[in-house]
Amino acid sequence: MAANAHHEESFVSKYIFSHDHKMISKQFLITAIFMGIVAVMLSVFFRLQLGWPGQSFGILETFLGKWAPDGVLDRNAYLALVTIHGTIMVFFVLTGGLSGTFSNLLIPLQIGARDMASGFLNMLSYWMFLASSVIMISSLFVEGGAASGGWTVYPPLSALPQAMPGSGMGMTLWLVSMVLFVASSLLGGLNYIVTIINLRTKGMKMTRLPLTIWAFLVTAILGVLSFPVLVSAVVLLIMDRSMGTAFYLSDIHIAGEALDVTGGSPILYQHLFWFLGHPEVYIVLLPALGISSEIISTNSRKPIFGYRAMIGSILAIGFLSFIVWGHHMFVTGMNPFLGSVFVFTTLLIAIPSAVKAFNYITTLWKGNIRLTPAMLFSIGLVSTFVTGGLTGIVLADSALDVNVHDTYFVVAHFHIVMGLSAIFGMLAGVYHWFPKMFGKMLNTKLGFAHFWLTLICGYGTFFPMHFVGMAGAPRRYYEYSQFEFLDWVMDLQPIISTFAIIGALAQLVFLFNFFFSIFRGQVATANPWQANTLEWTTPVEHVHGNWPGALPEVHRWAYDYSNPNYEEDFVPQTVPLKAGEEDH
Amino acid sequence: MKLLILLVVVVGVVALAQLARVYELSAKLRKRREEDISHADNRLNASLFIVFMLAFYAATIYLYAAYGDYLPTSASEHGVGVDALMSVNIWIITAVFFLVNTLLFVFTAKYYYKKDRKAKFFPHDNRLEMIWTVIPSIVLAGIIIFGLRTWNDMTGEASDDAILIELYSKQFDWTARYAGANEEFGVSNFNLITSNNPLGIVTNEGINESLAELDAKIEELETTVNYERGVLVNKKKDFEKQLKHLHEHHAGHGHADEHAEEGHDEHHGHEGLTEEQLKSEIAKIEEMLKSDKVSVLSDVALEAKQDKLYRLKRHKQRVLDIENFDFSDEQSLSAWEAGKDDKIVKGEFHLPIGKEVEFVFRSRDVIHSAYMPHFRTQMNCVPGVPTRFKMTPTITTDSMRTIMDDPEFNYVLLCNKVCGSAHFNMQMKVIVESQEDYDNWLNEQKTFFVEEVKEEEVPAAPAAEGEPTASIN
Ligand code: HEM
Ligand SMILES: [Cu+2]
Ligand SMILES: [Cu+2]
Repeated sequence: MAANAHHEESFVSKYIFSHDHKMISKQFLITAIFMGIVAVMLSVFFRLQLGWPGQSFGILETFLGKWAPDGVLDRNAYLALVTIHGTIMVFFVLTGGLSGTFSNLLIPLQIGARDMASGFLNMLSYWMFLASSVIMISSLFVEGGAASGGWTVYPPLSALPQAMPGSGMGMTLWLVSMVLFVASSLLGGLNYIVTIINLRTKGMKMTRLPLTIWAFLVTAILGVLSFPVLVSAVVLLIMDRSMGTAFYLSDIHIAGEALDVTGGSPILYQHLFWFLGHPEVYIVLLPALGISSEIISTNSRKPIFGYRAMIGSILAIGFLSFIVWGHHMFVTGMNPFLGSVFVFTTLLIAIPSAVKAFNYITTLWKGNIRLTPAMLFSIGLVSTFVTGGLTGIVLADSALDVNVHDTYFVVAHFHIVMGLSAIFGMLAGVYHWFPKMFGKMLNTKLGFAHFWLTLICGYGTFFPMHFVGMAGAPRRYYEYSQFEFLDWVMDLQPIISTFAIIGALAQLVFLFNFFFSIFRGQVATANPWQANTLEWTTPVEHVHGNWPGALPEVHRWAYDYSNPNYEEDFVPQTVPLKAGEEDH
Repeated sequence: MKLLILLVVVVGVVALAQLARVYELSAKLRKRREEDISHADNRLNASLFIVFMLAFYAATIYLYAAYGDYLPTSASEHGVGVDALMSVNIWIITAVFFLVNTLLFVFTAKYYYKKDRKAKFFPHDNRLEMIWTVIPSIVLAGIIIFGLRTWNDMTGEASDDAILIELYSKQFDWTARYAGANEEFGVSNFNLITSNNPLGIVTNEGINESLAELDAKIEELETTVNYERGVLVNKKKDFEKQLKHLHEHHAGHGHADEHAEEGHDEHHGHEGLTEEQLKSEIAKIEEMLKSDKVSVLSDVALEAKQDKLYRLKRHKQRVLDIENFDFSDEQSLSAWEAGKDDKIVKGEFHLPIGKEVEFVFRSRDVIHSAYMPHFRTQMNCVPGVPTRFKMTPTITTDSMRTIMDDPEFNYVLLCNKVCGSAHFNMQMKVIVESQEDYDNWLNEQKTFFVEEVKEEEVPAAPAAEGEPTASIN
């Protein structure tokens, strides 16, 4: 990328087929916001059914038509909505949206590079992401409905069109969309890794990288190593569906017919899926943790506590996440000894996680904390990360998992630790880097309102689900009235749904703030948060190549906040060390 | 309704617009920059954290009080250990939950921004970090050891005199099988599944029944395919063409004798039929076309039927392959015989109290999961891959009714792996009773060739709003 290419760009090459990482990051963000709106709406639809089963809601009929005859959600449609909700949230919002937006924006800016290693691949990555988003959304409209077997699409349910309506065309589209999605994230991931390794500016040693970059690096490595396994799982599933193979199928008699399949194993799919699936939850979470590290340090006006321990724990979490996938399969009949091994490896992850949590808290201790909206969301993230992570200890214990596996306890756990934390991290990132992305400020007071409503409704929705689950209520149930022993916890359902609906509406505050501020927001200054990292040394008005002149040179780590050697409470990375001063 | 929604949306947007404008204006008036968080705002947010924390804790305590004893006492032996482990875990994580959240919120509230203060420069402290690496490790070691002990106890081998019960799942109901007097399950094969033999147990009767059913289906389909109007008409046209062709030949040559040695081919159609044969074929088709068996199918439907026919024939071959096994081998013979006294029950199954049960789980279509929350028991049912789980029930249904103070209470087996549209209602009653009652009940159960049971009549899964539960086929 030419350093000062000031040639005129056409509208198309600037806004549409852009190679510029800043523009691509905005494209990812806006697409993810759109997907997020869809996913939240779907969850509100099925939460209506769960909160008030069988009741008629005009809004359901308006949006879903024949899937909600007389305003009551159809049971097949229910499963389709849950599945697509989960898929969109995990992959499109929190993988594509979170990594795509912030890795793209921050990697070149924070390491001092003019752009990504390959702008073209980067663009391709976005367009594949968009194509797969479009396919996923369109699968909602096909005959028979979208994929309905849960976001994990376990065969044989997903392999046999005769097993449920959603396993027809909808499932095919789901699989195609996922293949494109993986291609997109591989292109993105390789690019991120290469850029971080090769394009750091002078003085930007690995031990001076902001924690955001460390998190993005490990995330990208996890993705590159695990997504290909998902593709193989998906390709084998496609072959089972359409080419008569039987990788996952054996001894099946369905719809009055014995199928001509023997020798496959549905469990094989689960191993392949979760070999991606578990790292995937860290692909979702690590960028959020990286973002919040940066924001918490900046706004506490204190160095992040235990920088090296933070890097160590990111690496440890990344490594361990590859050897724990079996904790999703304790009740598949796996050898109990193998189960024990997975119990052990899984519980090990709690150690680096605990280190991270305590380091965040120590960073706050004796800080001088500016409670910006980004900071609020980051603090919210630490809370949800801890609250949700703790229930993971229960789930990791195979003996306990037997009784709560696939119940609402799991739904509570992963929504708090993965859903809320990662969403909070993403929102924190948007509030913090909005000035860098759009050159405008978001309205702070609306940000406060947004945060408090989201925090309250987030916990209000997901915390009570623990109790519903411990009472034995399975997930992916259309309604619970068939089981008398669950009646007594069902009074929680309308409360949960009410919180969910208010929480969803609260996002309108954010949407409004976001789009309104792009056009009408206060014009940003170059370094509004008085932060140390390099992105704040670039001009507010975007230029190709990021820095109009020479690339900045780095002399110190990113966390010299309130350094006693300096008057100011922040010391940008570009400031040379004083005589006799030691790097952190 | 639509109008109402639109109205709400419009009003909402307008309200937000006004709100933002007010903020915009007020910020301009006070010349405030968005990034400058005022002292008042910092203080407000800081106090809100404390308020939130207290409210959150109050709600948590309420939830623990109201819903904390999530399930009645475990009705199985290993469940007691599971519950003990669960309490320990819950105590630990609850303590950490309160501790860490309190530190987080209190620090946030306490150290909010003041202009004249500078934060403490405190980049790291090896001793502290060591503390919170080591302490969690020790606690986790405890949890792991306790957890794995419980796990080993519950996953071990069942004793030799355990009762053997198979739980067999399909969309959307359960079947239980008891091994009968010989304490051994008969071999089963999914190809043999019929409505009378829902588990596909291999016996002579099973095979004959299956063959009979397949033959009937094949015949029916063959009839449909053979009597399809379009097919018949085309065939007829084809024969007529051949006939015409034959006639033209005759007319064109005149001297039939001259060509006699050229081969009799000349006198036949290209399928080698004589004129008489062709005529009779055509007559036959005409006759068929008049019959009421004639059906009209689209090309796609016809192809589907032909496909299905092909599959049925393959299926039949697979059944015949079973029959062709060499049964001189004594072991297979006994397995074959073993199936005859297997007992098959639907709707509810019974267990004697205090006796160990070895469950075997199988599925015939998709993955289901056999979940019995009151016994702290769950295992997936995977087509093609049998699984197992052992447990010992310790509380009879009657005692549990007393404990729960609910004369209607019943243990249930429910499906806990999404399996299709009626997943939410795939259940079976479990009755735990004295050995004597159990023996009586088991004696009353029929051996496997049960009377034909219509699936709608199965008392277990009461259908939602009167719709049949088993709907897929
Ligand atoms: C508006 C906020 C949200 C609400 C009200 C909500 C609610 C729900 C509910 C009730 C379920 C169904 C659980 C079941 O029956 O199994 C569900 C499933 C799921 N949700 Fe959310 N959710 C929300 C946000 C999120 C977020 C942010 C994520 C991101 C990780 C997420 C990921 C999932 C996943 C992966 C599933 C599982 C889907 C499946 O069973 O296949 N959700 N959600
Ligand atoms: Cu996992
Ligand atoms: Cu099921």
